[in-house]
Amino acid sequence: MGKMKKILTTPIFNENPIAFQILGICSALAVTAKLETALVMSLAVTFVLAFSNLSVSLIRKHIPGSIRIIVEMTIIASLVIIADQIIKAFAYNISKQLSVYVGLIITNCIIMGRAEAFALKNPPWESFLDGIGNGLGYTVILLTVGFFRELIGSGKLLGFQVLPVYTEGGWYVPNGLFVLPPSAFFLIALIIWALRTWKPEQVQEG
Amino acid sequence: MLEHYLSLFIKSVFIENMALAFFLGMCTFLAVSKKVETATGLGLAVVVVQTITVPVNNLLNHYIIADGALAWAGLPEVDLSFLGLITYIGVIAAMVQILEMVLDKFIPTLYHALGIFLPLITVNCAILGGSLFMVERSYNFPESVVFGLGSGTGFALAIIALAGVREKMKYSNVPAGLRGLGITFITVGLMAIAFMLFSGIQL
Repeated sequence: MGKMKKILTTPIFNENPIAFQILGICSALAVTAKLETALVMSLAVTFVLAFSNLSVSLIRKHIPGSIRIIVEMTIIASLVIIADQIIKAFAYNISKQLSVYVGLIITNCIIMGRAEAFALKNPPWESFLDGIGNGLGYTVILLTVGFFRELIGSGKLLGFQVLPVYTEGGWYVPNGLFVLPPSAFFLIALIIWALRTWKPEQVQEG
Repeated sequence: MLEHYLSLFIKSVFIENMALAFFLGMCTFLAVSKKVETATGLGLAVVVVQTITVPVNNLLNHYIIADGALAWAGLPEVDLSFLGLITYIGVIAAMVQILEMVLDKFIPTLYHALGIFLPLITVNCAILGGSLFMVERSYNFPESVVFGLGSGTGFALAIIALAGVREKMKYSNVPAGLRGLGITFITVGLMAIAFMLFSGIQL
């Protein structure tokens, strides 16, 4: 039981996919202007990650080494199509805002990276948990960035006005920088800085 | 007419830069930008692959995948658009493979210069992103050629610039927690802000 828990929790802070493994950064930056899109994106990635790990692990003894990348790509692409269709059916507005970034989950390196590094060598249940764990690690970063960007950038959370904006008679002056994508870089850099001050063994040289 | 294509090119290089405005291909962008030399190799490979895959996917989308595209085959009601993603990634993987073989046979110097970066490009989001943007904005064939070339060039430009900055940064004293990844993020953030200057330009 202890081992399972470790597989599930290590990727959240100790080996976070974004802050430590440098995987899957593209989408982390582009979809975090609002908490809502960040949430939907995290759910989609966690879903694809967990099930692609599971499927790759189930057939890992039958995949010939030379074509494994193509097999993995096909599994991932099929799962992404499912996720894309579900988001389009139940949250059409959000799917418009996410634009091409849902499709880009296919090339999200977290998924390919975990399939290669973990699912090909481990049994299905462990791989599934590893997928969930890494998905949660991704979610933590995305939600943190999304939270601060939406709160500071427009004084809202999930679309509700939390800080009264001065244009509507309140006191809060929104910081426009945080609506713009470059702010995500600074926020992630700050998260990395905080994480590495907390866990100095993650510091890298150069 | 020429003006239209020229402005599309400038737009896709500077205003809608793949790396610094849409943050596509970030994984490779951050991982392969330690040296100007390797960054140039990767940049070149991206330009070549992007210029080929975007137009090919454009043709496929136009004649097979899009809603009603199979009308020429007498099947006007077939909508295969849900197969889009899997087709584009298949085309990209196949194109990279073919390109590798062609370069190996006919231009070995370029093949050796690109080296490991060619296969890596299959999982570069900038390439798939280029194809998806082409579909989303419904470019026609000549536009897709220009867009492919432009977005590839934009990515190459950005990664070479970042590598230049990072080479200089080796000599600076960065706080321990920010070393490596952290400071690179901040650098890219500042570069992205610089590139936002272009966003006010109307073409």
